[in-house]
Amino acid sequence: MTQSIVVQVGQCGNQVGCRFWDLALREHAHVNKKGIYDEALSSFFRNIDTRKNDGGASQITGGKISTLKARAVLVDMEEGVVNEILQGPLREVFDSTQLITDVSGSGNNWAVGHWTYGSAYRDQIVEQVRRAAEHCDCLQCFFLIHSMGGGTGSGLGTYVLKLLEEEFPEVYRIVTSVYPSAEDDVITSPYNSILAMRELTEHADCVLPVENQSLVDIVNKIRHMAHSGKGVSAIKKDCTVISSQGGVSGVEKPFDGMNNIVANLLLNITSSARFEGSLNMDLNEITMNLVPFPRLHYLVSSLTPLYTLADVNIPTRRLDQMFSDAFSKEHQLMRADPKHSLYLACALMVRGNVQVSDLRRNIERLKPTLPFVSWNQEGWKTGMCSVPPVGHTHALLALANNTCVRPTFMDLRERFGKLYRKKAHLHHYLQVEGMEQACFTEALSSLSSLIEEYSQLDATKGICMPDTSRLSIAT
Amino acid sequence: MSVVTVQLGQCGNQVGQEFFNVLCNDSSNAKDKHYKDCSHERFFREGPSQDLRARAVLIDMEPKVISQTIAKAVKSDKWRYGEKSHFCQKQGSGNNWANGFSVHGPKHEEVVQDLVRKEVEQCDRLTGILTMMSLAGGTGSGMGTYITQCLRDTYPHTSILNHVTWPYNTGEVIVQNYNSILTLSHLYQFSDAILVHENDAVHKICAQLMNIKHISFNDVNKVIAHHLGSTLQPVYSTSSSCYSRNPIGEFMSSLVNHPEYKLLSVRNIPQMSSTSLAYSVFHWPSLLKHLRQMLIANARMEEGIDWAVRARSVSISDKGRTTREPGFNKSLANLLILRGKDVSGAEIGGFKDPALYVPWLPVESAFSSWSSSVPFSGYEKSATLVSNSQSLLAPLNNMVGKAWNMFASRAYIHQYMKFAISEEDFLDSFTVLEQVISSYSQL
Ligand SMILES: Nc1nc2c(ncn2[C@@H]2O[C@H](COP(=O)(O)OP(=O)(O)OP(=O)(O)O)[C@@H](O)[C@H]2O)c(=O)[nH]1
Ligand SMILES: Nc1nc2c(ncn2[C@@H]2O[C@H](COP(=O)(O)OP(=O)(O)O)[C@@H](O)[C@H]2O)c(=O)[nH]1
Ligand SMILES: [Mg+2]
Ligand SMILES: [Mg+2]
Repeated sequence: MTQSIVVQVGQCGNQVGCRFWDLALREHAHVNKKGIYDEALSSFFRNIDTRKNDGGASQITGGKISTLKARAVLVDMEEGVVNEILQGPLREVFDSTQLITDVSGSGNNWAVGHWTYGSAYRDQIVEQVRRAAEHCDCLQCFFLIHSMGGGTGSGLGTYVLKLLEEEFPEVYRIVTSVYPSAEDDVITSPYNSILAMRELTEHADCVLPVENQSLVDIVNKIRHMAHSGKGVSAIKKDCTVISSQGGVSGVEKPFDGMNNIVANLLLNITSSARFEGSLNMDLNEITMNLVPFPRLHYLVSSLTPLYTLADVNIPTRRLDQMFSDAFSKEHQLMRADPKHSLYLACALMVRGNVQVSDLRRNIERLKPTLPFVSWNQEGWKTGMCSVPPVGHTHALLALANNTCVRPTFMDLRERFGKLYRKKAHLHHYLQVEGMEQACFTEALSSLSSLIEEYSQLDATKGICMPDTSRLSIAT
Repeated sequence: MSVVTVQLGQCGNQVGQEFFNVLCNDSSNAKDKHYKDCSHERFFREGPSQDLRARAVLIDMEPKVISQTIAKAVKSDKWRYGEKSHFCQKQGSGNNWANGFSVHGPKHEEVVQDLVRKEVEQCDRLTGILTMMSLAGGTGSGMGTYITQCLRDTYPHTSILNHVTWPYNTGEVIVQNYNSILTLSHLYQFSDAILVHENDAVHKICAQLMNIKHISFNDVNKVIAHHLGSTLQPVYSTSSSCYSRNPIGEFMSSLVNHPEYKLLSVRNIPQMSSTSLAYSVFHWPSLLKHLRQMLIANARMEEGIDWAVRARSVSISDKGRTTREPGFNKSLANLLILRGKDVSGAEIGGFKDPALYVPWLPVESAFSSWSSSVPFSGYEKSATLVSNSQSLLAPLNNMVGKAWNMFASRAYIHQYMKFAISEEDFLDSFTVLEQVISSYSQL
């Protein structure tokens, strides 16, 4: 079994990260009733015997759980969020040595996060990540969680991404990036996002973009579901999808519902690597199947069922509904419409009581409604994990490499243009050591060429491409 | 007189486990002691407490499947795998053939060879090696190819049969066509024969013949295992009037009579759910008539056969041009295996019809038959036909076409280049397989 390390950077990164740790603990507690430190647990947690003072201890699986420690590095240049974690129910899961904080924050300035804090904390970050890596016997993947709009997650987060590539070139880097909504309260968020995008395009193996606006919409829909018709009690208490108990602190906070959705994304994407199934989908299969060209590695995700949460005995029709929903606009974690754009590739990761015949039936059913690029008409990848999420009989995560990411990127570029033409706030960036005007123009042209690459593919949609004439051989 | 099986990757291990289950159940229930002993000697050895141990080696690059497979065998309570006959690492090949072939293969060659050697040393005589894997993944296909190559060198005089699971046409691994063409083209160069099961065809058998509603990989694997068991369990050899001693060798010499043609498919009749089986009676003439038409019309099961297709190699149209009989599946060689009651009275002349075969081989070398009066797996009578025919031409052509389309845009090639497989290597594979396609189309 392999292990993964989560690197959570900035306010958003840490808040989402903590929802992940909370849900992961609950999921393992539910599956693992005997309290044994098993292989599945070992992928994200270390088992520490606190009575021994060497700090290392029972890495071997099969023994009793004593104290679980998250394989994580927490980075924030403000203390607030991290301090809250240290006072909350998850405090046991982190050692103080896993935390890297400063006091003054990045002031929503990518340049400060990236260059100022990057160079100041470089050694410390490398040191912490290395230590976490030493505790793994087969480190497979880094999960970086951050937001695009602020300063720390965006700037320092992408700096960390580069560090990971330098120090651990063999280890996969899967990045979860929270994109700002148009009404975001951070004025400089378009600058920060575009500067960060370039780093993501160049240094990540794949990026799971998540838009705050989509999260808000989904949370509202779940609330609406709960209040109409079935009544509040219809949604089960221990469901991991929206419940926020045991969060960063006792009380529910504004972002908790939204962050739970992102945490579930991470939980499901790793489920097939943690638990067994009749068709395993390991983390290294994600990029292999979904990334046909190295730069085009942005994967749009959707999670279903989101609001049939209360049902336990879901008949087959509902099962098929889960597959249909995964392709609808409303269920995407990004404001995007995959059905009306072009698929380069698509993965379906199912959990729970779903058989290969269910998958086949649904793929056959949905395939005609979805446009796929001419050279990948059969571009489907499937994984089956036998352990469902807590409180469900089954669940589906769909990951799409689809040209529908384009509008979000273009929108961002437009917002960037509005600020940049006026040179608004530019001096705050340019006065930071390491930052130059060229950083902006290069980031912008990197994004433009990314958009162009997606556009060119998108333009082939609906055009009937003849098969390439076959290789002729001397007969 | 024994066969050592090497199971590679998730698919190879899951299918292999069902295979041994079928073998063990069949032979344990057989009333004929010689059959039983012969089967046991062929596929099992005795464990420390006289229990049955499969003569098998389990290989995967991730640990989950191996531990599951071993546990399932233990649970059968009839047989198990050797205590130390498995090897795994911590992380799979990630569906990347190049990773399996260029990295894991060379790195673990020695360990795997060691494991195989230990099994071989426990055979009085080794008569064949059977490898099992899928075409679509990374470990089974990539590492499996590499390991087959090594085994070929180490056991130059032993027959090697590669059993491969052909991926569903759609919906499993996106780079499956790349992985498959790389595997097939390499295997083609050093394997003796490649025995193919297509997941789509077997899935249909589960749905239509076995009447299974929610088909799992388990169900699919049971059907594959049934086919393999009915092919490789002991048969009576009339020449020496005892159970045949070299099944895989004889299998090869019956079916692979020309080095250009190595792709084998299996058909089996009857097949049904155990509830239907209890109420069914079978007659040889009808079984064989169906089986023959399944061959001619290229059907994988007795349901939905096109009876209009006729065996005719060429027909001269009124304009004097030769045309091919539409839908006719021409064979190079066939091996018919009959098991059960009254086998000696079964009339098999229909399979000796020269119209089924190419003109340039005498029917005697194109057709062979084996039989055993021991019923197989609860079927009073059953017939299995292994064919070297045009049956796989369409799927292969389709697969190469899709891979070629993808290759034309160079999609995913960078993932292979990371592990030392170049565009040149791809082109070589395409060339080999276009040649195979051309050979089979010209039959
Ligand atoms: N019939 C059948 N096919 C299977 C089974 N498991 C996997 N497959 C097929 O095998 C292919 C995937 O290959 P795997 O065997 O999972 O891959 P692997 O050899 O373990 O290689 P990696 O996981 O990539 O390292 C797909 O075509 C699946 O349909 C099974 O139990 N039965
Ligand atoms: N989904 C989500 N978004 C957040 C959260 N916290 C902040 N954000 C978003 O992140 C951006 C600001 O970045 P933030 O993480 O606060 O800045 P940093 O601490 O400097 O990295 C804005 O777009 C916010 O809407 C959170 O907990 N969840
Ligand atoms: Mg902030
Ligand atoms: Mg595998």
